[in-house]
Amino acid sequence: MENNLLISIVNFIILLIAPFFVIGIIKKTKAFWGGRYGVSIMQPLWDFLRLFKKRRVISTTTSWIFSIAPIVVLTTTLCAGLFAPMIKGVSIVDVEAAFIIFSYVLGFGKFFALVGAMDTGSSFEGMGASREACFTTIIEPAFFIILASTIALSGNYNFSSITNLVQNWGSFGVLITIIAVIALLVMLLSECSRVPVDDPTTHLELTMIHEVMILDNSGVDLALCTWANGIKMVILMGLIANFIIPNDLSLALSGALFLLIIFVLALIIGTLESGIARFRMSHVFEFIFVMCSFALVVASLAAVKMFGV
Amino acid sequence: MNYIAIKNNQRINISDIPTVEFNSLKEQLAISNLRPLAFFGSDWGDKIKLYTALADDEKGEILVSSALIDKNLKEYDSITKENHQYHMFEREFYEQFGILPKGHPWLKPVRKNLDSYEFFKMEGEQTHQVAVGPIHAGVIEPGHFRFMCSGEKVYNLEIMLGYQHRGVEDLMVKKPSNQLAESICGDSTIAYNMAYSQVMESLGESVISTKAKLIRRIALEMERIAIHIGDMGAILGDIAYLMGKEVYAVTRTLVINTMLEISGSRFGKGLITVGGVNFDIDEKMSDKIISMLSQVKDTVNKMTKAALKSSTVMSRLEKTGVVSKDTALELNLVGMIGRSCGIELDSRFDFCDEFYKDLEKKPFKATNDAYSRFSIRYREVKDSIRFVKKLLKKMEERRADALYLEPKKFIPDSFALSIVEGWRGEVVHIATTDGEGKLSRYKIKDPSFNNWFGLAMAVRNNGVSDFPLCNKGFDLSYCGFDL
Repeated sequence: MENNLLISIVNFIILLIAPFFVIGIIKKTKAFWGGRYGVSIMQPLWDFLRLFKKRRVISTTTSWIFSIAPIVVLTTTLCAGLFAPMIKGVSIVDVEAAFIIFSYVLGFGKFFALVGAMDTGSSFEGMGASREACFTTIIEPAFFIILASTIALSGNYNFSSITNLVQNWGSFGVLITIIAVIALLVMLLSECSRVPVDDPTTHLELTMIHEVMILDNSGVDLALCTWANGIKMVILMGLIANFIIPNDLSLALSGALFLLIIFVLALIIGTLESGIARFRMSHVFEFIFVMCSFALVVASLAAVKMFGV
Repeated sequence: MNYIAIKNNQRINISDIPTVEFNSLKEQLAISNLRPLAFFGSDWGDKIKLYTALADDEKGEILVSSALIDKNLKEYDSITKENHQYHMFEREFYEQFGILPKGHPWLKPVRKNLDSYEFFKMEGEQTHQVAVGPIHAGVIEPGHFRFMCSGEKVYNLEIMLGYQHRGVEDLMVKKPSNQLAESICGDSTIAYNMAYSQVMESLGESVISTKAKLIRRIALEMERIAIHIGDMGAILGDIAYLMGKEVYAVTRTLVINTMLEISGSRFGKGLITVGGVNFDIDEKMSDKIISMLSQVKDTVNKMTKAALKSSTVMSRLEKTGVVSKDTALELNLVGMIGRSCGIELDSRFDFCDEFYKDLEKKPFKATNDAYSRFSIRYREVKDSIRFVKKLLKKMEERRADALYLEPKKFIPDSFALSIVEGWRGEVVHIATTDGEGKLSRYKIKDPSFNNWFGLAMAVRNNGVSDFPLCNKGFDLSYCGFDL
């Protein structure tokens, strides 16, 4: 029990700090492929601190919704992070069927991000919000299906039971793991607005998705929004790591493997962003539907195993 | 039609230009199948002298004609009604002289923006407007874009420019200088300065040395190489293909740094002057340019092949922003963009001089889309690298030539026209002198003047998120248009 408390504390610290380094590593990887030295891995952290020193500029057309949206987005993301399994499959708050709370708390934050963006009345932000909402409506059910079917497979309804797949079901578990991980990677790219779904470095408002929604945020608000997005990325990477890592490893090994997988995922994202172009907006849907079809495969595999058809 | 046919860079007496009755000139312009190069007015006592120039690209001739219009004339029947190629020219003429072209389909400001101007509007539950600019997120020039969309689809794009109208044409008359000419449009420094210098030399019938001519053309081609490579990188950057963006950016730097070594400016400012050039390209520099270009060619070849092999890049470029050849002809799209739409126009070869005569362009198969606009640049970079090498070879026999010959005074009552094919397309400079041999009118036409409307047509029925890609492919000039 005490051990769990310690892991929870470490998990929470990772949740708060890792986002900066993950983004730093992605940027460094992109710089490497582009033949540049690139900025320091610490730069996202310095940027974050710098934004705190800046003034908030708030458009006169906005209402209170715009002002509280960044805080709500950050709080809900952190809150969702409390339910998500991290190192050694430990969630800070471990309750039954936590994944349902997890999804909907994240969804609540997303809702406020959308409403906050539309509150500015800017045509750009409305466009970004509509794109984001569109993709989310496809991603959410797929995510739900994947988690529900893998968790149902393990018999108990704890979020951390996604770590048991490989042990309990052998090669069958490996198969489900591979498919689920691919689906979650698609979700990761889409939810965290990375190439090929979105381009985080672009300055072209018309092509943006996530960036355009925080176009009017400045100072602290902007810092909170980018931080929340980073935390979401770490949470999703943590989920992927937990799918892969067997749960009978020692704490040290499991923790190291967890961090390693997050590191490797950051490298993969950075490499992907350097090597391929972004999809046309209409093709992004097809890309995200990949996740849906993989989710259905996971569900049917789970059903086969459970009911022994 | 009553006209005088002249060659590129030829001076004529204003009195030699036939003055036609305005209505009959209009009728002839409306039915002519030659494309307009110029249609502008000039103060003529209590009247306005309207000059028109048509380009006969096949013969390499420019047909100049003129008409006298009473200043009290309030309106006339628009030519645009019958010949759409005049729609910008007539709007400009109306803005400068206030004579209303009756029946012009879309008479709105060219450069002098009015707050009261009502943009084209569509109504319906699903349609929405997106307004971009004139202040943009990137460090670019000001222009306002108004999209009428339904969801992600663009139905209409209206472009409003003129935010940096500086009155260049009037400045040119008051105080003509090379420094002013090369600052009009910074990314076409060489083309603008060359056109200006040629017009000034034509007005006085001054001669310059062959060596100076060669150096000018080498610089012009190097400008084309540099900007094209930079644009190829920018196109790939807009679709988030990072590798291409960075490799092209590095390669472009090689070219402009060589320009820095030649002229002391990466964009070639100060290189060209009326009467010749200021800087020499000696044997050592010549070798340097050749080895630099070989390296550039190698990198560009490799990178382009890799980029065009990537399915994600191709899926973005192909069938994006298609402008059909018919539309392009109707709008009189010129230069590189015209060529990417299948119009084989290139003033370097159409109005050929002794240097381009023995150079040969490889044929280009236009596909009219963003891919076409990317690959035409690749083709032109390769062509230009070949041209520079050949021009450098010609330099060898001309080492002893003078760089600069004192230009002569302007001949009174003259008219001169110069076309230079910059990287964007034909840059047309026209100047006239008065009875005392002073400049009386200076007219500039950037290829962007023709091509901006092409961009508006390209985005129709495309996704609004594809606009930046189309825009970068066209890469039109704001300052060259605003003047």
